[in-house]
Amino acid sequence: MNEAFHNESRPNAEALGDASGFFPALPEKMSVRNLDFFYGDHRALKSVSVPLFDRKVTAFIGPSGCGKSTLLRVLNRMYDLYPGQRAVGNVLLDGENVLDPKLDVNALRARVGMVFQKPTPFPMTIYENIAFGVRLYEKLGKADMDERVEKALRGAAIWDEVKDKLNASGLSLSGGQQQRLCIARTVAIQPEVILFDEPCSALDPISTAKIEELFDELRSEYTIAIVTHNMQQAVRVSQYTAFMYLGEMVEFGETDQIFQTPREIRTQDYITGRFG
Amino acid sequence: MSLASIRKARSAIAMGACIGSAVLGIAALALILGALLWNGFSSLNLDVFAKMTPPPGASGGLLNAIVGSLIMTIMGVAIGAPLGLLAGTYMAEYGRYSKLTTLVRFINDILLSAPSIVIGLFVYEITVLQMGHFSAYAGALALALLVVPVVVRTTEDMLNLVPGGLREAAIAMGLPRSLIIRHIAYKAARAGLITGLLLAVARVSGETAPLLFTALNNQFFSTNLNAPMASLPVVIFQFAMSPYKDWQSLAWAGALLITTAVLVLSIGARILGAQKTFK
Repeated sequence: MNEAFHNESRPNAEALGDASGFFPALPEKMSVRNLDFFYGDHRALKSVSVPLFDRKVTAFIGPSGCGKSTLLRVLNRMYDLYPGQRAVGNVLLDGENVLDPKLDVNALRARVGMVFQKPTPFPMTIYENIAFGVRLYEKLGKADMDERVEKALRGAAIWDEVKDKLNASGLSLSGGQQQRLCIARTVAIQPEVILFDEPCSALDPISTAKIEELFDELRSEYTIAIVTHNMQQAVRVSQYTAFMYLGEMVEFGETDQIFQTPREIRTQDYITGRFG
Repeated sequence: MSLASIRKARSAIAMGACIGSAVLGIAALALILGALLWNGFSSLNLDVFAKMTPPPGASGGLLNAIVGSLIMTIMGVAIGAPLGLLAGTYMAEYGRYSKLTTLVRFINDILLSAPSIVIGLFVYEITVLQMGHFSAYAGALALALLVVPVVVRTTEDMLNLVPGGLREAAIAMGLPRSLIIRHIAYKAARAGLITGLLLAVARVSGETAPLLFTALNNQFFSTNLNAPMASLPVVIFQFAMSPYKDWQSLAWAGALLITTAVLVLSIGARILGAQKTFK
């Protein structure tokens, strides 16, 4: 599950302040630096720093309410939708500040896609679910669009199941299929980063396995962040893992290292099921 | 007496009261509907749809009133529905957290429960008095003002029922707000939005008071929007109060027509509202 990690330098506890410094050989697609997040007066993230390495899968684990999903929703500025929520600090995408108020958030969200916990197919046909988003960014002819839709559906390992009913409603699919349709929809607009917010927690084990298999393929093209409550899942799909607790980034490192030789006692307690 | 038997006795009394009230209410409705069907059908003939409202003693029909009602209802809905739809959309989508939305919702609730005669007087003041005569324009405007609050309310409610996750998912793809509203929110809420529209039509198609002050009545066939126009409710009001037998029976026929139309619309709204899935 973990490919050879070509960087010799191992992160240590001090890496939490600026983890990036300890992985000099790996390009950072996104970098979170000293990020604070507030829901009104409540400080939900406390000076969080974490890198998302280019074309790697980074898993975020931690007990409910630790700020994992909040962090994810900062990366594509989803929090913008709600009054009273604000982020302070730096979040860089290819060196560009994502938190810049002048930034075109729609353009950002086209580059940083998101897949949610609950499958949310749009109330339209399977084909349209994919084509709808693509049409906004590219003008494609019928043949090119067909090709793009097929590619996206294949990319999400659902093509074989839906190729004969592309005109059926997206809502007619099973939960697992709907989730893969949502992944296809996200992939189709060719983002650079994909954020997964507990993508399998509403799915049965077989659907979960299918989606987990996807990650290996997806990371050849995309930088991926996944929030999960399932620690085995983190081990199976990710190369890097970040453990968060009460709004703090407790430990970040290679997945193997986090799960086998965690440096922090809180990490160890969590992964061995002593709390959370 | 044991506690259990006291409880049972109480339950029986409460249950009896509930059933009694239900029977009483339904019986009253059934009597009204029965009288309407009985008198309405016996007065219904082809002349009702082919001839104009007659002077007392002559034979005639309701054609001018039917056409007038159709014209003013359609115009009223055509003016009021888009306004209501846009306002409701603002409240549920763009201005969900704004103070303006709270204010508009409050005013809309007042408008929703305002007696229609007040609306009629208001339109009388701003149009009929200014223009110097009654007109179909004024009637349509009065009906439009009754349509707006109904559509605003249902639009906002129905759009708020669209799952937040669906909206977030679309936003997370970088889709602009207008596209999300038109292609996703409206689609997901389609059944509810149409139901609201039909309810608004049903509401205004039976209104008499606002038309009395605005379109008044017209004994002749007229499609001139700048002149007084007949409508079913006003004709029913006038004919039913009259001492003439044939006028009274035409009033019954008209009442049956309106009730049937509203019933069909309500059933249509029910069927659409029951549709949980969309294409």
